[in-house]
Amino acid sequence: MTKKITIEPVTRVEGHGKVTIHLDENNNVVQSRLHIVEFRGFERFVQGRPYWEAPVLVQRLCGICPVSHHLAAAKAMDVIVGAGTGEGLTPTGDKMRRLMHYGQMFQSHALHFFHLCSPDILFGIDADPAIRNVIGVIQEFKDLAVQGVMMRKYGQEIIKATAGKKIHGTGAIPGGINKHLSQEEKDGFLNGADPLNIDKMIEWSKASIDLFRDYHAKNKELVDSFAAFPSNHLSLVRKDGALDLYHGVLRAVDAEGKKILHDVDYQDYLKYIGEEVRNWSYMKFPYLLEFGEQEGWYRVGPLARLNTCDFIPSPLAQKEFEEFKAYTNGKPNNMSLHYHWARLIELLHSAEMMKELLNDPDLMEGELTTKGKKQNEGVGLIEAPRGTLFHHYKINEKDEITMANLIVSTTNNNDPMNLAVKSVAENMISGESKITEGMLNAVEVAIRAYDPCLSCATHALGQMPLEISLFDKSNQLIDRKRN
Amino acid sequence: MKVLIYGYGNPGRQDDGLGNAFVNRIEEWVEEQRLQDFFFDSNYQLNIEDADAISDKDLVIFVDASKEEDLDGFCVSKVDQSTKVAFTTHAASPGYVVNLCRRIYKEAPPVFLMHIRGYEWDFREGLTEKANQNLVKALDYFKEKIADSKIKSEPEILEKAC
Repeated sequence: MTKKITIEPVTRVEGHGKVTIHLDENNNVVQSRLHIVEFRGFERFVQGRPYWEAPVLVQRLCGICPVSHHLAAAKAMDVIVGAGTGEGLTPTGDKMRRLMHYGQMFQSHALHFFHLCSPDILFGIDADPAIRNVIGVIQEFKDLAVQGVMMRKYGQEIIKATAGKKIHGTGAIPGGINKHLSQEEKDGFLNGADPLNIDKMIEWSKASIDLFRDYHAKNKELVDSFAAFPSNHLSLVRKDGALDLYHGVLRAVDAEGKKILHDVDYQDYLKYIGEEVRNWSYMKFPYLLEFGEQEGWYRVGPLARLNTCDFIPSPLAQKEFEEFKAYTNGKPNNMSLHYHWARLIELLHSAEMMKELLNDPDLMEGELTTKGKKQNEGVGLIEAPRGTLFHHYKINEKDEITMANLIVSTTNNNDPMNLAVKSVAENMISGESKITEGMLNAVEVAIRAYDPCLSCATHALGQMPLEISLFDKSNQLIDRKRN
Repeated sequence: MKVLIYGYGNPGRQDDGLGNAFVNRIEEWVEEQRLQDFFFDSNYQLNIEDADAISDKDLVIFVDASKEEDLDGFCVSKVDQSTKVAFTTHAASPGYVVNLCRRIYKEAPPVFLMHIRGYEWDFREGLTEKANQNLVKALDYFKEKIADSKIKSEPEILEKAC
């Protein structure tokens, strides 16, 4: 007899998802799947709209990471207005956008670690759900919860200062940016009263890595084996191989570290990336065309980025990166829970980059925009907090958008998240006759490591939790749990 | 008395922008009336930093759109700290924000949530006609209540059954 467990939706993950796990008569897992309902209406919606509206329009997609969509669309429109593919902007345009992006990365990573991931780390994934939550964290580790609040607030203020406003930011425009940073804003971010200044943000970011390091040391076997599986890894890297979250060339490495996508221009992404449709999922499965649907899938996000880049161009994060790389003897790290480690190194890097940018006079003066020969097509890629985000547009002679194609970060991680669920299900659920809260949370922990934004992937509204259901061989529901 | 009026939602998704629209309209009215100590904010959703934002206020009103079909235009209810530990996404519920504020800052101001009924949620700017009618009703109600001198000592007069 086969049983089927369904988890829907996932707590502490953006958007909603449903996990189904099929068990046989001995409670062994025979199949597991993460189901996400992807709504593709947005691509049709932008057709007919003037191209210059795109950086603002795309923020309708998702209220979780609007800055990433804003910047990816703006980068695509840079190409259309002839401003080049990243290197062509003025120093002010480039650096203001980078500051906006690092602010977004900083607040998103801080929120994920301190308020979504830390309950699992501090209390253990088997802990009572009544305490394994952020309220429990506040009771036991109040300083950490406060740090999470203040780090997110700092990042949000950076976004507001660069994008112009919190909702439907207008900062990035085709060919550049529409404002400078004021002296007052700069002074506030650099030297604001404790704790809202950049040095405190760097200090706390560094301390968060120490927290993970301590957890790792005490739980080495779990952290290293939980949902660990080999994969390809894909991200942007700077042309010299440095980690660059805003712009670069597209690189992929395999599980052994061999380059399998050689620093290509992302304007040509369709030559290298395909999207597979599977009849059981509304969300597509991207893959490297050269290696096919079975072998070409890849991870994106913090873990993938640290696996593809050669170094990190900020000193404190570079030091952490060296330890991170040494842990796997320079080979790619394929351990899902190490996403948290990589995310925190990026948190520190983002803080360092914000400090460097805030001290750059180009933010306060200089030309804001540039343009050149008009094009009828443009692709914009960015490393969003959750991974590589693709925006691709075509326009007609009336400057109207005629085609849009988006591959969001969470879609890029579709295969890895499914494999993470499968790994956990096989290791923690197979052979068990009863599904415990700890087991259910273990499945969620695996998904949560990828920090998916299902709201973004599905373009859905509202809160979407996770439910797990159990079906027998005849597809009869025998249990269901919802968090 | 420091009053924060905070609307949230995505104004690029039609009636999901009801909370944001409420804040825009009430801010204009407050300026016309030359009322003091009103603060306004608007975002896609509530989040953890809003625990800090409400911590130094005396009264907070969150405004959100609602899909509730039984809702007669709008309603206002007092927000208790969330007893459910469901911090489910990168967004936070009003109750969660109150809970976070109370845990971190030892106390939280009285917080009310206004729900305004919406109908359409597509990728468009602008409210539907019916949602706009509900918005006007909610604005009129709020203006009347906020002008009542009892609001300081009895903020519960803001409540309207859902």
